Amino acid sequence: MSTIDNKVPHGKPLKDTWTSYKDKVDLVNPANKRNLDIIVVGTGLAGGSAAATLAEQGYNVKAFCYQDSPRRAHSIAAQGGINAAKNYQGDGDSTYRLFYDTVKGGDYRSREANVHRLAEVSANIIDQCVAQGVPFARDYGGLLDNRSFGGVLVSRTFYAKGQTGQQLLLGAYSAMNRQIARGKITMYNRHEMLDVVIVDGKARGIITRNIVTGEIDRHSAHAVVLGTGGYGNVFFLSTNAMGSNVTAGWKAHKRGAYFANPCYTQIHPTCIPRSGDYQSKLTLMSESLRNDGRIWVPGRKEDVDAIRNGSLKPTQIAEENRDYYLERRYPAFGNLVPRDVASRAAKERCDAGFGVNATGEAVYLDFASAIVRYGKEQATIKGEKNASESRIKELGKDIVKAKYGNLFDMYKQITDDNPYETPMMIYPAVHYTMGGIWVDYNLMTTIPGCYAIGEANFSDHGANRLGASALMQGLADGYFVLPYTIGAYLSYDIRTGPISTDSPEFEAAEKEVTKNMEFFVNNKGTNSVDYYHKKLGNIMWEKCGMSRNEKGLNEAIDEIAALREDFWKNVSVPGYANELNPELEKAGRVADFLELGELFAKDALDRNESCGGHFREESVEVGGPQDGEAKRDDKNYAYVSAWEYKGKPSEAVLHKEQLEFKEIELKQRSYK
Amino acid sequence: MSVISADLFNNVSHFMGTNPVVQGLLQPILIFSVVFHFVWGMYLEYQNTQAREVKYAMYKGSANATWMSRNMIISGLAVLAFLCLHFYDFWIPEINVKYIQGDMSGKLPNGDYRYHEELVHKFAGQPIRVSLYVLSFVMLSLHLLHGFQSSFQSVGFNNSKYTPIIKKLGNIFAIAVPAGFVVVALVHFFAH
Amino acid sequence: MKDMNLTLKIWRQKGANDKGKMIDYQVAGISEHMSFLEMMDVLNEQLINSGDSPVAFDHDCREGICGSCSMFINGEAHGPVKGTTTCQLHMRSFKDGDTIYIEPFRAKAFPVLKDLVVDRSSFDRIQRSGGFISVNTSGNTQDANALPIPKQDADLAMDAAACIGCGACVATCKNSSAMLFVGAKISQYALLPQGQVESKTRAQNMVAQMDAEGFGNCTNTGACEVECPKGIDLSNIARMNREFLGGSLKG
Repeated sequence: MSTIDNKVPHGKPLKDTWTSYKDKVDLVNPANKRNLDIIVVGTGLAGGSAAATLAEQGYNVKAFCYQDSPRRAHSIAAQGGINAAKNYQGDGDSTYRLFYDTVKGGDYRSREANVHRLAEVSANIIDQCVAQGVPFARDYGGLLDNRSFGGVLVSRTFYAKGQTGQQLLLGAYSAMNRQIARGKITMYNRHEMLDVVIVDGKARGIITRNIVTGEIDRHSAHAVVLGTGGYGNVFFLSTNAMGSNVTAGWKAHKRGAYFANPCYTQIHPTCIPRSGDYQSKLTLMSESLRNDGRIWVPGRKEDVDAIRNGSLKPTQIAEENRDYYLERRYPAFGNLVPRDVASRAAKERCDAGFGVNATGEAVYLDFASAIVRYGKEQATIKGEKNASESRIKELGKDIVKAKYGNLFDMYKQITDDNPYETPMMIYPAVHYTMGGIWVDYNLMTTIPGCYAIGEANFSDHGANRLGASALMQGLADGYFVLPYTIGAYLSYDIRTGPISTDSPEFEAAEKEVTKNMEFFVNNKGTNSVDYYHKKLGNIMWEKCGMSRNEKGLNEAIDEIAALREDFWKNVSVPGYANELNPELEKAGRVADFLELGELFAKDALDRNESCGGHFREESVEVGGPQDGEAKRDDKNYAYVSAWEYKGKPSEAVLHKEQLEFKEIELKQRSYK
Repeated sequence: MSVISADLFNNVSHFMGTNPVVQGLLQPILIFSVVFHFVWGMYLEYQNTQAREVKYAMYKGSANATWMSRNMIISGLAVLAFLCLHFYDFWIPEINVKYIQGDMSGKLPNGDYRYHEELVHKFAGQPIRVSLYVLSFVMLSLHLLHGFQSSFQSVGFNNSKYTPIIKKLGNIFAIAVPAGFVVVALVHFFAH
Repeated sequence: MKDMNLTLKIWRQKGANDKGKMIDYQVAGISEHMSFLEMMDVLNEQLINSGDSPVAFDHDCREGICGSCSMFINGEAHGPVKGTTTCQLHMRSFKDGDTIYIEPFRAKAFPVLKDLVVDRSSFDRIQRSGGFISVNTSGNTQDANALPIPKQDADLAMDAAACIGCGACVATCKNSSAMLFVGAKISQYALLPQGQVESKTRAQNMVAQMDAEGFGNCTNTGACEVECPKGIDLSNIARMNREFLGGSLKG
């Protein structure tokens, strides 16, 4: 095992590192930028904002997305908000505080210098977005409104209704459109990147498939940027979009980019549960629901059975027969424990047989007591001293409606249950992957000239991401970080001239892609792609999910390898390679998930500590007030695992980037 | 007016029929506007049908829009057909009498104004013509029920406070005006 | 709670240049809790297993926000439930034994690529013609709170900006008009001081592009507003007309 250089500039205090870097970084002369091409893959917040900014700086940008329009990237689905250390509310927020919260929230597994830079540029993101016409929520004075999010102590989250991700993405999309209209971005919709091409040790282009016609094309550039999002769909069911995939990142990994912390996955506690085996994806509901909802399962098995067979309604279960397990286990934080703790506790109850829907995988999130509490408060305000019980409920429902109305509507639309009358059912679901392609301080991967930004990289969220931080990171990377750091690399490329796509490297890469496509459509196996994807998802969820142990992980590694072998023998893809063929697209993606899944398990096996969202059953606190809780091991595991590909996932080589914490003291998280 | 008093109708008709401002300025403007409305409306309708080359096998228009709004071309063509009839009945004879024969007196040989007499003559004992008139005005009403408020939207006027009022006024206008004409036709049909 | 058996009449078209037609399929055992697209997944799995070609359709987030899904179901864009995208439509809106017509969004400006997949890049081209504020992304902008914006305007801008660009307005409009889509974007910027500066030219440019793409004209039937999954208001079209007329009158 070797260590790797993260290229963080030394010699300045952390707070001056980025400023000093910007002051001294090599710039590319505007006249030379015109001669430099950059490929940006993915058009979400990170890719979209990067493409727009790089084009504006004068580079020739080619942008690619698999969707039919850049506006549909999955950043669009983020609901809650975006953090920024603006301190508009005057509640003591600062760059340092945002930096501190993010490092602590990440359970001390992120890179300090990157996180500090993120906190520094956060405020600028808001200025930029407002100038672009992003309609953030405002108060009656016309100034921007903020809310507190994810249990932090200050209100630093900016939001646009429940559609913050959408509005930020449309902002980036509009900036892209401006550059497309100017001819500085060439946009390739419905194109999927299927390989990265390395020429003389540098990333010089990509191979894409035109999803509509099936054509395999070569595209060259002086640098390649991957803003291709996370890989949560390795679990089959997740809150990711159906098309979200790891292919771009995985291909880069196979060409030499280290893959960092693949096992770091965020499992979000408040998703709408699966209703049956046909389920294709999961829907997240904002975490804010836990501010007023109480989480419980029946305390008695017989009640669970009665509920599952429909003979008992949850509202009929008496208070004393309910187990408010979060309040019981974590009296200090109760229902507001962090995402990872809440998720694990739900799975623990359901695994013990107390799950409350047909699949056995759901817990209640109950607003009845909040409705009564708000109702009483309102009755007092309105001077209704002898308000009846139904009047109190009516008043309370109005308040709950004002706060969570859109979420309740969404829940009702999906489940057909009325959460004002009966408790919601929730269950944890895979939501975000903190792991990703390893990048240095410049956001460059271990392939020179290949960059990774946004969720596709690993650097800022450690082992657990805080709410409203993903949007911040995507835009920070794209608008404000990469446009500086990429210049440092490209300033050495101004004499290179156009990159030819006729080189043997391009030819070989294209051939391999074509061969793969042909294989799939000619294999004529017996099982559909989804058959394998679901099986993989099941292994991942059961053995590499919220709670892991050595035995399970070893089994997972073997099972995934066996499943992969079966996939390459028996997968069936209908249709042809030269047409719009969604099954073929899926096949390629699942093939990569089947490799990533194994590396994921291998990484989880290596990390014999419980940290962030990852509970390792062998690493628990014994005795004392924290008995049975997750035990982080800073002595042995305060490093980033960066895996190098060596032919197959099982042979991947681990490189460690030791994490240094100069500004922040490592502390145990306690929610008891 | 023709229902209330034959004299009043005659006087007004004669004024309108001979006043140079009405005849020389307003009439051409009206004719131009109407023709422009037809031609432009039909051209847009043509564009609109071109905008969807393959039609739906199943299209539930009634689920999201009123019959009136979806069938302006039908109500419009019906009104156009009516206008042809109307021109044939009144306008062409008028022009013939006034400008070709040069009789600007507006009088019958017996010295009375001819307008009311002609009007009654057209409707009395003419069930088919009366039905056509009535039907046309129903179509006009349907056309206006959508058209009145729609015109405000088209020129960019849509306001949470005033639009509901405009819609109400439009509905009243769209029913009252055609209803008035229907009454004329019916009264003359039944009264004579 | 009984599972449903359904007859599906689906538009099948091999490629952009092929002729298509409606074909009947039977699906059985459909749960009322399934989403419409999960029902389509069941059909496709069935087709794949029997060696047929699965039905191609656009979909991605499956939570009603990306705007990919685009089916015309039983004569209505996104099906019978209002304020809903196809992916959020659930099978409980149908009955056992129903026949369901499933067609692509139809308009000359949305050519069919395959089966139910249409090409909506005309929307992208309209946005490119002016759907942005001409500000650099360099970050050297003024402080976000330097310019207060009345809450009412900000809220209206947000309502207009909620458009997901799915094209239901075009699909449902008897004239295949894109004015709700274009009006929403023009309105969002026209309502904000940052966007007001170039509002009139923006309207001119976007409307010109819209016409060039071959969309029909607005006859104010209001169908788009009813079928819009995000409830974009018709007043946005009026605002667009206003900005457009204002731009036309300007010297």
